[in-house]
Amino acid sequence: MDTLILSRIQFGANISFHILFPTITIALGWVLLFFKLRFSRTGDQKWLEAYRFWVKVFALSFAMGVVSGITMSFQFGTNWPGFMESVGNIAGPLLAYEVMTAFFLEAVFLGIMLFGMSKVPSWLHTLSTFLVAFGTTMSAFWILVLNSWMHTPAGFEMRDGVAFATDWFAIIFNPSMPYRLVHMLLASGLTVAFLLAGLSAFRWLIGDRSDGVRATIKTGLTIGAVLIPLQILAGDFHGLNTLEHQPQKVAAMEGNWETGPNVPLVLFAIPNEETRSNDFEIGIPNGASLILKHSPDGVVPGLNDFVAEDGTVQHPPVAPVFFSFRIMVATGMAMLLLSWASVFFMARKRRGVEGLPKPLLYAMVPMAFSGWLATLAGWYTTEIGRQPWLVQGVLTTEAAVADVPAPMVASTLIVYLAIYAALLTAYIGVLFYLARKAAKGEPLGPRVPVAQAAQVTVAAE
Amino acid sequence: MYLFGDPATWLPLAFAALLGLSILIYVVLDGFDLGVGVLFPFADPDEKDRMIASIGPFWDANETWLVLAIGILLVAFPTAHGTILTALYMPVAVMLIGLILRGVSFEFRVKAPAGHKRSWDRAFYIGSMMTSLSQGYMLGMYIMGLDVTAFTLAFSAGTAVFLTVAYSFIGATWLILKTEGALQLKAVTWSKGGIWGVVLGLGAISVASPLVSPRIFDKWFSMPEFFLLLPLPLMSGALIVLLWLALRRLPTSDDSFAWFPFAATIVLFVLGFFGMAYSFYPFIVPDQITIYEAASAPESLFIILIGTLFVLPMILGYTALAYTVFRGKATALSYD
Repeated sequence: MDTLILSRIQFGANISFHILFPTITIALGWVLLFFKLRFSRTGDQKWLEAYRFWVKVFALSFAMGVVSGITMSFQFGTNWPGFMESVGNIAGPLLAYEVMTAFFLEAVFLGIMLFGMSKVPSWLHTLSTFLVAFGTTMSAFWILVLNSWMHTPAGFEMRDGVAFATDWFAIIFNPSMPYRLVHMLLASGLTVAFLLAGLSAFRWLIGDRSDGVRATIKTGLTIGAVLIPLQILAGDFHGLNTLEHQPQKVAAMEGNWETGPNVPLVLFAIPNEETRSNDFEIGIPNGASLILKHSPDGVVPGLNDFVAEDGTVQHPPVAPVFFSFRIMVATGMAMLLLSWASVFFMARKRRGVEGLPKPLLYAMVPMAFSGWLATLAGWYTTEIGRQPWLVQGVLTTEAAVADVPAPMVASTLIVYLAIYAALLTAYIGVLFYLARKAAKGEPLGPRVPVAQAAQVTVAAE
Repeated sequence: MYLFGDPATWLPLAFAALLGLSILIYVVLDGFDLGVGVLFPFADPDEKDRMIASIGPFWDANETWLVLAIGILLVAFPTAHGTILTALYMPVAVMLIGLILRGVSFEFRVKAPAGHKRSWDRAFYIGSMMTSLSQGYMLGMYIMGLDVTAFTLAFSAGTAVFLTVAYSFIGATWLILKTEGALQLKAVTWSKGGIWGVVLGLGAISVASPLVSPRIFDKWFSMPEFFLLLPLPLMSGALIVLLWLALRRLPTSDDSFAWFPFAATIVLFVLGFFGMAYSFYPFIVPDQITIYEAASAPESLFIILIGTLFVLPMILGYTALAYTVFRGKATALSYD
């Protein structure tokens, strides 16, 4: 393998590992704020219990996100110097604003949020929780601005192969940014919803009947049931936006080779780039035309439009995009089914968590990580779908890679992969270990005495 | 943009100053918490918990200064960023893996089953060592102009050890400030054992930089610069003597002056840093690329500078808040 493909695998592995944790912390920050506010308002210990447990998950996820994020910021320089050299004038300020408005905010107030509960007044602790949640969301905003700009660049001009900013408003609010940002924030919400429900369902199944676990199962399932239809809608809009700006990506997602009307919605196929057609195709007639153009004879672009005269392929590799997209959609459907069925059973006769059938509770446990699967599959769809470009129409991935010997990249790649595998195992192991410990009623930390809790309530009012 | 004359002149200088400031703050702040990690094997299990408690609320924000520094390098001097980081590919990878190990160990050591705690403690130590050693190695390579020869490798191996010992020294002085009793006594002993790293580190850099680069030699040893710069080494020498005298008397019965070694070490780091900054100006890649050649477009730099002027005071403000909230002796760290 050459330096290019090794560097791509390394960055891909890195960013895949990294995104797992921000996906949790972005939404979990807001959920923790919700728990804290409920506790301040009602004084009910169950909200404090929920806060105590999930703040541990937050701290662990946050640390994993920070260290894997630092790695990425260095890899721009060690592996992809061409990126900053050609579009640094645009990417630079966006990254700088992320560090200055988000990273420091979250890092500093995280200390107070985690360890300051008894050292600062309750309002300052709540404010710190808010600032951490706000910081993670700001960080998502800036990085998605940059990522979207790489898909749909705007507001710049090229001089001697270097991009210069001409309109910062157009750069920040580039055509795909609003869609991508909403899609990602909802993805984070769903990831946390199913993690809450799944880990709490695990506690329930091993015999935990505390009010805290009831509250988190309910919170998780409710958030999931509310967000999933919104996500399907947002995803649809995002797809239409991609069709407008990156038709070759949509053609690969749909597995459509020839431009034309009455294109079927391919449910399953094995795309074959040798024959430039699909093997074993099963589809719904006119489906893709209906979804993308809202008319059965709508013309849908095909991959064959993106082959140069000399036969050079200018569209992304089809199979990975095609399959990742299907994994994402299938996971979304499973989320819809699980969360709506659960809410139905909880609402029936107002039985709450007791009303949930056992099989549903069992299904929730593996679904705890469904958000990760869908998020990764979605990112693979969009990022592999951008190839061969690094910045669409401006810079190819090949042109940005560092001239580092391949064996050197291979050696660091192997070490990274080993560490990531070990850490991921440890992370998931610790989540379930904490859940078992909490289910046995072992203290996660000394409880706030009732008198003090009452004081907190008064202080909050 | 034309406030101070040609923006192509003053903007790169302003960003070089910002970059320097971030690196300096990083070396001091993450220096002490890396140092605490380097000292880990010398402590018994209870002391380890107390040592972690003294840096727990801060380490994450401390590391953010590294992200800011690398961000400024990347943003303001893109060509230098590429040149420096590809030349330092391996040590950077070692440092990153070290940072990953120690960052996650903070969390895992208290959350994983009790039987795993010792392994995570070891990971914390190994990660701290990898980070410190690789940073020292990179410092050496940078001073040697990123050339790879037997001599520069040997020199960089030396700076790797000196910086690690210097980090353990500032870590020990931090512990003198933040702990009491037996651990504080131990920290005083550790400081006495680590001060040579600071002396040799500063000495090696001061001797080697002018010998390697005639340009740096001229900057220091021509008249009247020599006399104007003389206070820098003299003050450093005086501080080291004061530090040694203080360490022989600490801890005092009423814990007065527990702050002194840490504060003096910060000043020492600042002096050393200014010496280096003076040597290398105006180059960002030693003797190859100047800050003016490597700088981004003035329009882009200007838009970052505006943001920085607003945000940096806020960052410094709430960092001060965090250090105020967690002032005093470190107590057991819990989520309360």
